[in-house]
Amino acid sequence: MSDVSINQIDAMPGDAGFGDYFALLKPRVMSLVVFTALVGMAAAPVAVHPMIGFAAILFIAVGAGASGALNMWWDADIDRLMRRTARRPVPAGKVSADEALAIGLTLSVMSVVMLWLAAGVVPAALLAFTIFFYAVVYSMWLKRSTPQNIVIGGAAGAFPPMIGWAVATGGISVESILMFALIFAWTPPHFWALALFMNADYENAGVPMLTVTHGRRVTRRHILAYTVVLVPVALALLLTSIAGPTYLVVSVVMNALFLYGAITIWRRDEAAAEADRYKAEKSFFKLSLAYLFLHFGAILVDVGLRAWGIWA
Amino acid sequence: MGDLGMSFREPHDLHKRRFGLNLGLGLVLGFLVAVVFGLTVAKVSVGGFQTGPAAPQTQSGGGN
Repeated sequence: MSDVSINQIDAMPGDAGFGDYFALLKPRVMSLVVFTALVGMAAAPVAVHPMIGFAAILFIAVGAGASGALNMWWDADIDRLMRRTARRPVPAGKVSADEALAIGLTLSVMSVVMLWLAAGVVPAALLAFTIFFYAVVYSMWLKRSTPQNIVIGGAAGAFPPMIGWAVATGGISVESILMFALIFAWTPPHFWALALFMNADYENAGVPMLTVTHGRRVTRRHILAYTVVLVPVALALLLTSIAGPTYLVVSVVMNALFLYGAITIWRRDEAAAEADRYKAEKSFFKLSLAYLFLHFGAILVDVGLRAWGIWA
Repeated sequence: MGDLGMSFREPHDLHKRRFGLNLGLGLVLGFLVAVVFGLTVAKVSVGGFQTGPAAPQTQSGGGN
């Protein structure tokens, strides 16, 4: 082989680096999945062997990543049209859609089988259902057909703490259902706040977000309504054994702030929002991230307090 | 050695990327082997290989 032929080889479309394949798994979503699944597992009344717990969390994360890859395979056409998603590996042309599909399917099967071997049939079945729900029910069906897409589709993101709980206990209980409900009720205000200031993206791609189909006024009303639903759901965890003094303080403060933020958004009109470039909506979106992180973080702290005997 | 018609210049960007991909994939597979090995040891040490629910640390015996 001559040096000429070596240097004639050029980067082909779709010739991606390791980081591009990793990005296919939506690492930021994976980090939220890892955190909430870990909290679900730690809060359970049954201790898990550290290695089994580690492996279980890893395979839950891989399953979440697999559903992310399947989502990118299916949504490549609309991701290309949205500023927020145009740099994803498939629309950017770094990874081909077929590769994304193959990786998504392979990792889905692998993660479910391995979780089954590591922790049992219930968490594995829940993980399989989560992948199916996100890839098929949400991505393929709801996302392009109804403005309620993220209301129902939010269930996919709500399963991880329930799976973590099932890893430890082998079942489902009121505590894990309430952790599921917390993320499920939190998802609509979180995504609709994003849609308020990223509406052009969804409009360009023809995704029927509530802001596109019913306008921002209706969306603001919906954010408030779902926040009102979210507050008692979050506080209901206080009636269970997993929430302690930390959760009490965090939940009361965060729900008061979240409700205040939702009322602020509801009272604003478009002129005011345009004038300050959606400042309140952007802060509400950031607050929503802190809201979920601090609620699950508080459960984890209370687990620690119980373990050290500070709180029984 | 004389000129064999082969001159190794600086690696092409393509080769660098492929090396990174191969190295990353190798590390991931190695990590997976380690996890499966660790999982097997943990499963055996808590008393008989069982597919879950995950056996409590203090419990021994079991099975499906």
